[in-house]
Amino acid sequence: MDTLAPLVLLLPLLGFLVNALFGRRLPRVVSGWVGAGSVGVAFLLSLAILVQVVGGQRLDQTYWTWWQTADFSVPFNLYVDPVSTLMILVITGVGFLIHVYSIGYMAEDPGFSRFFAYMNLFVLSMLLLVLSGNFVWLVIGWAGVGLSSYLLIGFWYQRSSAVLAARKAFVMNTIGDVGMVFAAFLIFLNLRVLDYHSVFSRIHSLPKGGTVITGICLLLLVGAVAKSAQLPLHTWLPDAMEGPTPVSALIHAATMVTAGVYLVARMHSLYDWAPAAATTVAIIGGVTAFYAATIGTAQIDIKRVLAYSTMSQIGYMFLAVGIGAYSAGMFHFMTHAFFKALLFLAAGNVIHAFHDDQDIRHMGNLRAGLPISFWTFLAGTLSITGFPLFAGFFSKDEIIRAGLSASGVEFWLGVLALITAGLTAFYMFRLFFIAFGWEWLVHDERHLHEAFPIQTIPVLILAVGAVFAGYIPVANFLTPVFGHATEVGAAAFWGLALLAFLVGAIGFGFAYLLYARRPELAAAWRARIAPVYTLVEHKYYVDELYNVLFVQPGFWLGRFLNDVIEPKVIDGAVNGVASFWNEEAREFRLIQTGRVRSYGIVMLGGALGALFLIVLLLGYLPVRLGG
Amino acid sequence: MPVPAYLFLTLSGVLFMLGAIGFLVRRNPLVVFMCIELMLNAANLAFAAESRYLNSLDGVVFAFLVITVAAAEVVVGIAIIVQVYRAGRQMDVDQLDLMKE
Repeated sequence: MDTLAPLVLLLPLLGFLVNALFGRRLPRVVSGWVGAGSVGVAFLLSLAILVQVVGGQRLDQTYWTWWQTADFSVPFNLYVDPVSTLMILVITGVGFLIHVYSIGYMAEDPGFSRFFAYMNLFVLSMLLLVLSGNFVWLVIGWAGVGLSSYLLIGFWYQRSSAVLAARKAFVMNTIGDVGMVFAAFLIFLNLRVLDYHSVFSRIHSLPKGGTVITGICLLLLVGAVAKSAQLPLHTWLPDAMEGPTPVSALIHAATMVTAGVYLVARMHSLYDWAPAAATTVAIIGGVTAFYAATIGTAQIDIKRVLAYSTMSQIGYMFLAVGIGAYSAGMFHFMTHAFFKALLFLAAGNVIHAFHDDQDIRHMGNLRAGLPISFWTFLAGTLSITGFPLFAGFFSKDEIIRAGLSASGVEFWLGVLALITAGLTAFYMFRLFFIAFGWEWLVHDERHLHEAFPIQTIPVLILAVGAVFAGYIPVANFLTPVFGHATEVGAAAFWGLALLAFLVGAIGFGFAYLLYARRPELAAAWRARIAPVYTLVEHKYYVDELYNVLFVQPGFWLGRFLNDVIEPKVIDGAVNGVASFWNEEAREFRLIQTGRVRSYGIVMLGGALGALFLIVLLLGYLPVRLGG
Repeated sequence: MPVPAYLFLTLSGVLFMLGAIGFLVRRNPLVVFMCIELMLNAANLAFAAESRYLNSLDGVVFAFLVITVAAAEVVVGIAIIVQVYRAGRQMDVDQLDLMKE
């Protein structure tokens, strides 16, 4: 395993280098398959690692030492345990499918090889993030995924909206990066080590629930919240949908945005030691899940609905890891990767069929025209809403169950999660009914074209995952890391399943009533709750609030510095000094004749004068003439 | 019988004064340049002689330093003279007063 793990990292690096250096000169077929193939081979290697990890092997090996000073060293070590194995499997597996899909999706784009270079860079950074065995390389991977996310959101850099969205995402992520760096610094300050193994074994020397450990966990949480688009640093994710759809599927749904969940799960021994911070994680997650789901009910852009649904589902994962149900959170991460990547890719096929129109009101009744997209999207919708025996059913119910079996705040968050499940069913089926329709058209006269097999086959494979991923025994696989989950009886399991199903059914019922059966009723209801609807439609005006609170003051400060401080104070000082001497030296300047010989005579005169003075003062020439 | 030091110093002084006067009276930049070299080497002679008589290497070290500086100065100086000549065909130092205000 000690050679497999670095190979998994090297393959996307190789793909990145080939596409970045020679991509323009390579034929598209080569460029695309180098990008996809490197991730595919990395997936096969990850499977080999999985076999070894299931066999009980672990890896924490230092490959080289990056820095070494007296009592501080930064190693490059990789840390492979069930958690990171699950992550690399999803990253390379789902990543491979999305790369293959991109070969079809991006075929017409002039930036084809650039796209694959960025995608490989992302996969490399993400793998580094999850495989790193110390905080320094974690931060490097963390910043790397932020960078590649920035590059890919702004991939179509001719669109100013894409550039603005990319910048927004980068700034928000940088806030998180700063939190991460401070967390790593605090850890080093208190424990004098930075590698996971030593940190986890020494963490118990700090007082439980003390200021230090809580501070570390909250700073880590700042990073996690920014990366995973949770409240209050969530506003970048919907805008990030400006990027190409495969990017939204891979980075802004399946993998990168779940890095926060991974971080909390990876640092679970820290969070177990700081209950207040863990509760904060749970509260942020539960509230975000509900908050994003409400916004999702009022959006009309297909990708934005999915973006809010991603925020909401990651909220579930945060809730799970916050209340200590780490394996439930990681389980939901995995199933979510399948069904959300599926939803995005199917949406991408629909968007292509409608010539890059993303407004769901222009779509509708796609069963006859786009059958593959229709059925796969339906499978994804059923999975995300937790329809019994689909993947989302198992993982989401596990989170709700963990919440409801806790007490205090956690219990109420569990209730909130249950309500959110109903909302999820409502907004997902609203999306489905509006965009994909309910009418059973036999013929479609719009001449819609289903995408080529290179785009539909990955979607079909993901659909299989979205349906069956719930049967993968993730919890058992993660037991060595997180310990045994509390056993629930069959009665409790099916009781809750029934409850969750009923809540989901209510959401489905409303969606069916309002958007499939009687659209006029939807309009009437919307008019009745107009103020609330407007509030939700405008995402609770958080963007506007941030604009007033942070962006405008930033502009004012910048303008003040530019208009007042820069010309008056800084330039004023420099130019003032210059003009002062200019004034003062006007008379003396005439001495400078520019004639070499006049300078020469002054110098000679000076030297003779100095000699004369010396003789005059000393009375003799200070030279020993010897003899 | 050793040569007395004052002879060397006198020679050095005479050479220096020749160089200085040449520097002041000649107008051809190349000759002016050679006069500067003469002054530098007069100083070197004094250094070397004193070094010998004081049984110290300090003077010789200074002489080497001066030689090095002179070499660098020649490179820059000749380059400037050549450029000035190319620019204006002007070979009179009194005419080269562009630097005055």
